[in-house]
Amino acid sequence: MLTIRQAIRDAIIAHARRDHPDEACGVVAGAEGSDEPTRFIPMLNAARSPTFFEFDSHDLLRLYRELDDRGEVPVVIYHSHTATPAYPSRTDIGLASEPDAHYVLVSTTEYGTGEGPVEFRSYRIVDGVVTEEEVEVVPDGG
Amino acid sequence: MAVEVRIPTILRSYTDGAKTVEGGGTTLAEVIDDLETRHAGIKERLVESGDLRRFINVYVNDEDVRFLGGVETPVKDGDTVVVLPAVAGG
Repeated sequence: MLTIRQAIRDAIIAHARRDHPDEACGVVAGAEGSDEPTRFIPMLNAARSPTFFEFDSHDLLRLYRELDDRGEVPVVIYHSHTATPAYPSRTDIGLASEPDAHYVLVSTTEYGTGEGPVEFRSYRIVDGVVTEEEVEVVPDGG
Repeated sequence: MAVEVRIPTILRSYTDGAKTVEGGGTTLAEVIDDLETRHAGIKERLVESGDLRRFINVYVNDEDVRFLGGVETPVKDGDTVVVLPAVAGG
């Protein structure tokens, strides 16, 4: 199960809406071993594409160095789908390389940049096997 | 000749869990070949038909080797090699 604070969930959704129709991507870091996503880090989609995302290679190095220095790991790796449901694509599954991360998918298909309910789902992706998990949203101040 | 190589989580099954291993060689390709002698299978995960795999990033002293010489990028004693799988998808 993914447990995530409402403010962080909302920030991920806001990022996805902002970048629509391109895919948005980023991570939520947390202390190693905690499984608690606490630090929202939106990343640039270097592919700037509605069907693909990739962290810029230098941003990626900087990110991992910073996480290492702070004793953090990418607890959540998120990206948006802008024309398909919030389910990992074949490419997502093939390229997933953090077996301990929660892969969050957001779909802006229905409302685009506008307000309205957004699909927000979380998965484990290990050795090509996708397992959806429950998402528990912790209210702010709770 | 020793080069420090940082191994990402997903490839630590080849290094008995080690985050950092040492490799030797004068080019990245030689370092990878050297790693393969002690961590069998790792080369296949990094290299395909003699080139770096598309979704594997390798940095020598913080420079992406794609902007240097690819697998022929020279390395020397004391250099740091970082391997990071791309964070990417569709």
